[in-house]
Amino acid sequence: MALDSKAGARAAPVITMPDLKVEGLAKAFGAAPAIFSDVSFTVSRGEAVALVGSNGAGKSTLLRCALGLIAPSAGRIELLGAELTGLGGRDMRALRAQTGLVAQKHNLVPRLSVLSNVIHGLLGQQSGPRYWHQALAPRAAREKAMAALEKVSMADFAQRRADRLSGGQSQRVAIARALVASPRLLIADEPTASLDPAAGEEVMALFFSLVRRENVTVIFTSHNMTHALEYGDRILGLGRGRLQLDAPVADLCAAELRKIYD
Amino acid sequence: MTDPGNTAARATPARIERPSALAFLGYGAALLVILWSFRGAGWSGERLMHAPPALADFMTRSWPPATDALGRLGLKMIETLQIAVAGAALGVVLSLPIALLAARGLIAGRAVNTAVRVMLGVMRAVPDIAWALVFVVAVGLGPFAGMLAIVVDTIGFCGRFFADDMEAADKGPAEALTATGARRLDIAASATIPASIPAFISTSLYALEKAVRSSTILGLVGAGGIGIELKVAFDLFDYPTAMTVIGMIAVVVIVVEQLGIYARKKIIGVER
Ligand SMILES: Nc1ncnc2c1ncn2[C@@H]1O[C@H](COP(=O)(O)OP(=O)(O)O)[C@@H](O)[C@H]1O
Ligand SMILES: [Mg+2]
Repeated sequence: MALDSKAGARAAPVITMPDLKVEGLAKAFGAAPAIFSDVSFTVSRGEAVALVGSNGAGKSTLLRCALGLIAPSAGRIELLGAELTGLGGRDMRALRAQTGLVAQKHNLVPRLSVLSNVIHGLLGQQSGPRYWHQALAPRAAREKAMAALEKVSMADFAQRRADRLSGGQSQRVAIARALVASPRLLIADEPTASLDPAAGEEVMALFFSLVRRENVTVIFTSHNMTHALEYGDRILGLGRGRLQLDAPVADLCAAELRKIYD
Repeated sequence: MTDPGNTAARATPARIERPSALAFLGYGAALLVILWSFRGAGWSGERLMHAPPALADFMTRSWPPATDALGRLGLKMIETLQIAVAGAALGVVLSLPIALLAARGLIAGRAVNTAVRVMLGVMRAVPDIAWALVFVVAVGLGPFAGMLAIVVDTIGFCGRFFADDMEAADKGPAEALTATGARRLDIAASATIPASIPAFISTSLYALEKAVRSSTILGLVGAGGIGIELKVAFDLFDYPTAMTVIGMIAVVVIVVEQLGIYARKKIIGVER
């Protein structure tokens, strides 16, 4: 695949292409003033980047732009080496087959089983009725899904209906669904916001142990500054419509972080 | 506003606000239209005065309802229900793919959404009895024409409301699947449709109730069912039989309605 930089690694010096490159990004909804503008940053392979900022700063909007779920008003986005602007539906899907989203709400389909929900995570690579419901799914897909559930310790709940789970369990299943297709890049938008603190800690620890092990690039947002500092390699701060901060966690002190919030 | 002294002096609002001149004209015009409509509807106080005795006469002549034809009428009622069940079932099944095309932002583009919604609007706008007449011409007299009329009526109803149900479904699961590169059809089938199933069941039960009500009168135009018995009974001045038919229709419609309420509660209420 063209996106795989390993192919030419031996001949030429390794030029690691960033997994996400954002340049001069701006987004306005309709005629309203831009929510943010002139946002530029890059995220390298395997990095975990925390995007912080106050409520309504535009974090979710920025992440949606990065996955091509909404179109930016200005600027360019390069996701896994491909320029998003003007990308056709098929190419966009091929690109997204290597990405995933874990949102604040777990976003599982409530009436279906946990197993069906995880099998849906394979729909980027596979299409058709066999991947709509676990009862129709090929053996390999069922086994993959069970393995993913095993990783989040939810295998015992495979047959349980998704709307009969606790918040923490639901979010673990959502993580399994995001990981089942072995993505290269995951976006986690306040993955613990709807959980109580204990369940939140558990989900964050589990999520990052898995993505670190599988070398998945992660961009996450959190209201919890401790989470951002604990799990992020780098922190991006969005505030007053601009990117206010872009620094490795090691270089940061609390005072700098507070600046973003005023 | 900025002067705090003003608030104390503020008067209590009038009980009835005086309408503006334009509103006054509007009320006047509406009243005229209503009066004019009564005239068009042939309002006649004199004839209304004569109605109660005439009705009383009908009641005495139709009482007691006929019981000799109960067997035949019962069979006709069963045919009526078969028309309703078959028509509603086929209509519901055909509605699903049509609703997928009618739902905005699901699998089809705006132009297709609009075209399909207009078509559904026409299907709803033409009354069931008119569809029955059309199908009598197309496939001949009998219950098959009636069933086809119910199918069209059901598609007009369920196609529209299934689409609305899917548009109202939570977008979260669909977005999560979009982010993994899933196709629109896969997303609709995996996330949107399963999430809409309670709403679909509820809408389908309404469609069945509607179909039963329709199917009882389709016989008036020869499209099968018990309606034909009502027409014949009135044509022959056989009021006792007419009374029996009316009573049977009322009972069946009420029973189906109650069953619908029960089923909705059972299926959706408990499972939320
Ligand atoms: N689809 C939309 N249409 C209009 N405004 C929107 C839309 N989505 C988000 N916004 C606005 O954009 C701003 C940023 O929202 P969001 O990205 O959700 O912020 P955050 O995730 O940082 O809390 C908010 O003021 C919100 O009201
Ligand atoms: Mg947000």
